Amino acid sequence: MGQGRKPKMAVWKFASCDGCQLSLLDCEDELLKIADRVQIAHFLEASRAVVKGPYDLSLVEGSITTPSDAVRIQEVRRASKFLVTIGACATAGGIQALRNFQDVKEFISIVYARPEYIQTLNTSTPIADHVSVDFELQGCPIDKRQLVEVISAFLHGRKPNTLSHSVCVECKLRGNVCVMVAHGTPCLGPVTHAGCGAICPSYDRGCYGCFGPKETPNTSSLSRWWGRLGVGEQDLVRVFRGVNAFAEAFRKESEAHERQNDQDQ
Amino acid sequence: MKDKTIKISNLARIEGEGALFVKIKGDAVVDVRLEIFEPPRFFEALLRGRAFGEAPDITARICGICPVAYQMSAVHAMENAFGVEVDGPLRALRRLIYCGEWIESHTLHVYLLHAPDYLGYADALRMAKDHPGIVERGLQLKKAGNEIIRLMGGREVHPINVRVGGFYKVPTKSELAPVAERLRWAREAALETVRWTATLPVPEFDQDYEFVGLRHPFEYPFNEGRLISNRGLNISVREYEDSFVEEQIPHSHALHSRFKNRGAYLVGPIARYSLNFDRLSPIAQEAARAAGLSAVCRNPFRSIVVRSVEILQACDEAIRIIDGYERPTRPAVPIRPRAGTGYGCTEAPRGILYHRYRVDDAGVIQEAKIVPPTSQNQKMIEDDLRRFVQANINLPKEKLGLQCEQTIRNYDPCISCATHFLRLHYDRE
Ligand code: SF4
Ligand code: SF4
Repeated sequence: MGQGRKPKMAVWKFASCDGCQLSLLDCEDELLKIADRVQIAHFLEASRAVVKGPYDLSLVEGSITTPSDAVRIQEVRRASKFLVTIGACATAGGIQALRNFQDVKEFISIVYARPEYIQTLNTSTPIADHVSVDFELQGCPIDKRQLVEVISAFLHGRKPNTLSHSVCVECKLRGNVCVMVAHGTPCLGPVTHAGCGAICPSYDRGCYGCFGPKETPNTSSLSRWWGRLGVGEQDLVRVFRGVNAFAEAFRKESEAHERQNDQDQ
Repeated sequence: MKDKTIKISNLARIEGEGALFVKIKGDAVVDVRLEIFEPPRFFEALLRGRAFGEAPDITARICGICPVAYQMSAVHAMENAFGVEVDGPLRALRRLIYCGEWIESHTLHVYLLHAPDYLGYADALRMAKDHPGIVERGLQLKKAGNEIIRLMGGREVHPINVRVGGFYKVPTKSELAPVAERLRWAREAALETVRWTATLPVPEFDQDYEFVGLRHPFEYPFNEGRLISNRGLNISVREYEDSFVEEQIPHSHALHSRFKNRGAYLVGPIARYSLNFDRLSPIAQEAARAAGLSAVCRNPFRSIVVRSVEILQACDEAIRIIDGYERPTRPAVPIRPRAGTGYGCTEAPRGILYHRYRVDDAGVIQEAKIVPPTSQNQKMIEDDLRRFVQANINLPKEKLGLQCEQTIRNYDPCISCATHFLRLHYDRE
């Protein structure tokens, strides 16, 4: 970064709910400080002032679901020195990736009276399927403390310090009783990426995997455990087919249960 | 006079992606289009085959700015299908988390998205250079709303604690105490907000709207009530689709909701306020009067003041709920699914949000219908734009363009919400 020049940051939106970029505006205590350190050069949800690229840091929210967005993400990549994807939509295709398991034409006709006007791809895919990504921040939504960490790591030219273990470990660190052992509540904590601070188990609820798979998760072993708690094949399909349905580990697991379910019928 | 075209291809400071297109020939407005190019995400389709208990978490993902509204309409619709009533402290806690969302969402809009229009800034960060105290107050007020959602829901965006029947876990009185403390500050800050927004310059632009909103026997509406209008509508929630339709207009790029026999209508803060002024708490009524509002507001540019009054109302209501709170013995009432259809409609920050679900006897969703506030207001936004441009046709193009943007932001439109049901159109000029 050159002396005296503030780095230029851009926020881009593709198919999404806006929740991840809202996390930036939810940093009520840090927002003005961040704005002092970086030039917010493109952030349509917050500002009508748009500064031309190239950008030092681009935060990308959302998945690719239309032909024009598939083109636009290439432009964003070209204009960005450092590209970080934020949230399950951008890292895994999001909840809208449920279409990837079905016939999209049927999907369109359920929602729209005149399907012929809808231009959409058959799939919702993560950003990394289209361009190279420098860093991925998982979560639906992302954790705002992690977002602040990613921005400040970038400002200091270091690697973001984000955890790679599971929600299960976060739960232990927090001193929670295990909801699965103590209450027999099915929980995806053992296979889900850390970052949220084990929110659901702290509220007597099993994790539903909104931070996506951790590295090398043992999903089939967890499924067997859920089976012993009385969860059937069809429910296991739904469990792994949530906001991170198209993340590879969860996708494979849901497909395995789908096959099993078909055989059982 | 020369023809002119106003084209704003990327509207800023709204939730989601949209564009505005206005065409003027001589001294007449010939075309006004609020275009939506946000990709559709097909929520109604992907809900089919999902378990009833998943509806609040899935529909929350329609909108990161008002997830609680989606969760509330979803749980009410499901409980309606199963014949379950949630009352007492659980009902009060639902109102409490909704207060949090109103405070958070309205404050975001008032301070960060809308106020810069009135004061001539591109955004609130630039506004903060000249008015640091005001923006800081806004951020802290927003945070007070978020703190309610975080305690009640686990986190600000897509809270995890709401379920059909109630919650997974309910707070203790002592956990709520610090939130109430902060809310007493927030109530003062909200009062200041009403006073401040009342000083912002507004154009004369009174419109003859049909307001639609919920009406409850004694509360300012959040979760329940009958659907009424100032022109005689008075129906139960389950009758919604008898009175309203979504229409596909050939020259337009979106499906619009309208009254079956009348046309455009208005939902959201100024509709809610004008239909329920007498249900506001005394402090909110007084603040509204002092700000120069009467019991009915017809000028959309004053929606910023009405939103501020609603922030005050939500702070006051939240304090009242916490002060009277007794922890319920169980966090949720038991649910036994049965086949049927359930209807739910609650007041999202931007207006009524309607959900209908048909479920089978195992509680699996067979059909879902969701009508968000922004798609209901879409027709009215275009009507406002047409009239506003016509009345100000001699303004220089750039100034008129800015004011058109402000006209749209009066509605705090949420295009992410509207899109799963808006038609797409790509061959924009
Ligand atoms: S990842 Fe979740 S919170 Fe983030 S934009 Fe997508 S749906 Fe919204
Ligand atoms: S679903 Fe799992 S990852 Fe998401 S907030 Fe809950 S515990 Fe955390």
